[in-house]
Amino acid sequence: MKRQFSTGLLAILLLCTSCVRPNKTNPSRLDLIQKRGELKCGVSGKIPGFSFLNSDGQYQGIDVDICKAMAAAILGDGKKVIYRPLTAPERFTALKTGEVDLLSRNTTFNLSRDAIGGNGVTFGPVIFHDGQGLMVKKRSGIEKIDELINSNICVGSGTTTEQNLNDTFQELNIPYTPIKYQDLNQVIAGYLQGRCKAMTSDISQLAASRSSFPNPDGHIILKKVISKEPLAPASIDGDPLLSDAVRWIIYALIAAEEFGISQNNIDQKLIEAKSNPNFVSIRRFLGIDGDLGNKLGIANDFVVKIIRSTGNYGEIYNRHLGPTSRVPIPRGLNKSYKDGGLLIAPPLK
Amino acid sequence: MRRLKKITIQCIIGIIFLSIISLFINNLLINISRSGMEFSFSWLNQTAGFALAETSIPYQPSDSYSWALLTGWINSLKVIIYSLILATIIGTIAAISRISSNILLQKIASLYVAIARQIPLLLQLMFWYFVAFLNLSSTPLKLFDSLILISKEGISLFGLELTVEFTALIVGLSIFTGAAIAEVIRGGINSVGKGQWEAYRSLGIQDYLGLRRVILPQALPAIIPGLTSQYLNLAKNSTLAIAVGYSDLYAVSDTSITQTGRAIEGFIVLLISFLLLNLLITNTMEIFNKLIMRYNHHE
Repeated sequence: MKRQFSTGLLAILLLCTSCVRPNKTNPSRLDLIQKRGELKCGVSGKIPGFSFLNSDGQYQGIDVDICKAMAAAILGDGKKVIYRPLTAPERFTALKTGEVDLLSRNTTFNLSRDAIGGNGVTFGPVIFHDGQGLMVKKRSGIEKIDELINSNICVGSGTTTEQNLNDTFQELNIPYTPIKYQDLNQVIAGYLQGRCKAMTSDISQLAASRSSFPNPDGHIILKKVISKEPLAPASIDGDPLLSDAVRWIIYALIAAEEFGISQNNIDQKLIEAKSNPNFVSIRRFLGIDGDLGNKLGIANDFVVKIIRSTGNYGEIYNRHLGPTSRVPIPRGLNKSYKDGGLLIAPPLK
Repeated sequence: MRRLKKITIQCIIGIIFLSIISLFINNLLINISRSGMEFSFSWLNQTAGFALAETSIPYQPSDSYSWALLTGWINSLKVIIYSLILATIIGTIAAISRISSNILLQKIASLYVAIARQIPLLLQLMFWYFVAFLNLSSTPLKLFDSLILISKEGISLFGLELTVEFTALIVGLSIFTGAAIAEVIRGGINSVGKGQWEAYRSLGIQDYLGLRRVILPQALPAIIPGLTSQYLNLAKNSTLAIAVGYSDLYAVSDTSITQTGRAIEGFIVLLISFLLLNLLITNTMEIFNKLIMRYNHHE
């Protein structure tokens, strides 16, 4: 008995000491994606306009197009994406364990999530400036937040939404009861069934879910925006090769709009730039001159590949959230800085 | 020689077992060091910052994560105890109905067991919450001279205030587990020899008394182990509470984990808490079992 025990102990000691050294030559996930030939992208899959299954069983939305742009830049083909629908609580774990390469899932960029002592992921540039709001039924007559005193409010658990709600109501000294569900669809069901007077989420999500209600006009989103919600894609910490690629692929989408380069005119612009050596910045941007793409470890003409696949940021926005889309959300803060918005790309030099 | 062989085989099995476990631990440690996270439980003392709809002990968002988790744990315990009692009552009634001579009772009980066992629990909970309870009117339905009030805002039983989430969860869990318990009890009763039934009947003892004094004491030793395992299932199934908006231990951990980013530590706390809950149930049932054995011996 004693001998068996000590043998076992020896075995476990040997095994532990021999391999608890982390792999020193940690390959970048960028190489891994290129080797695999496919990009694994974590999305929500439940928010129209951001990521949603269309009637053909294909994911579509602004978050989905970010995945496509990434795949186009890294692999040369925007279709080489495997989508993984993730719930809010599982998203960071999925990213950290390598289940997905990129998290493009309406995720708010904040300190705790970025920091090593928090969720420890690395965020790309903001792709959508959102804010949290509250939606109520029109016939309730509620117009201001303080009219929600002592009400039930439906909220999704495991999100910043829950914290913001609490912070706001605590600061305003309004007592309330949160009814928490794990899933946005349950939040909607709870709200529509009348369990709560109001439901809260990012305004984009409120608008998106309202669009699928039986009677969208019967619900109003309160004017007061209770938080900043800059939504950004995220990649794993400690992988600068991948996070740099994510950052500049998104800046390229924004810069393309600044340059006026779109899916329709990309071929024409390419011919113009090739024949005219004076178009210095556009030639560099499109990879005719210089080595911008090579510096990132991806194709030198990655911008051309992205634009062919998804178009520039403005085109992506209009396709999914524009006035003629199913989920119209005014562009507001998400306009280019040239039009008075917040989107600006540092120079691609 | 044979003894040596036996020891060697045991050693090999032991080493394989330990290797698998150390492989897991090793993998975990590598992944933790790769993602640059230190293993730490200090977040338990930080401010939770989220509100809970239902609490049995005083709780405020300014309390710590550990206090929030304790609140969740007590909420879980409350659901488990209520459902355990209700499920046992439902199960016993259904089991007795199934072996009774009344054909109508028999059929109703078999139908109940069949339906409750064949529909996934999550669906049943969603049904009770979103379809049954949330479709109630906002103005309370008054029963027995206002002793029972039922509305979508909550249920009031003789002055005891229950929320719809809690009630839907208890009803769903009890009906689901009650069916399984009915089968365990029926199995136990059927294990008692037919002669025993004939014996008390030939003495002119009524069925109710015979069941209580002759059949059940003999059936209980066969029922208790099965019952314990159903109770443990019920405790584990109570984590589905999050689907119907009830703040149980799992729901609280879920929020804590996403806010702090401490998935591994959070799950360790969750595992230990559930182990405690289930050990509590197992030990109580063990004591109960011993009491019955002793009682049977004395008789």
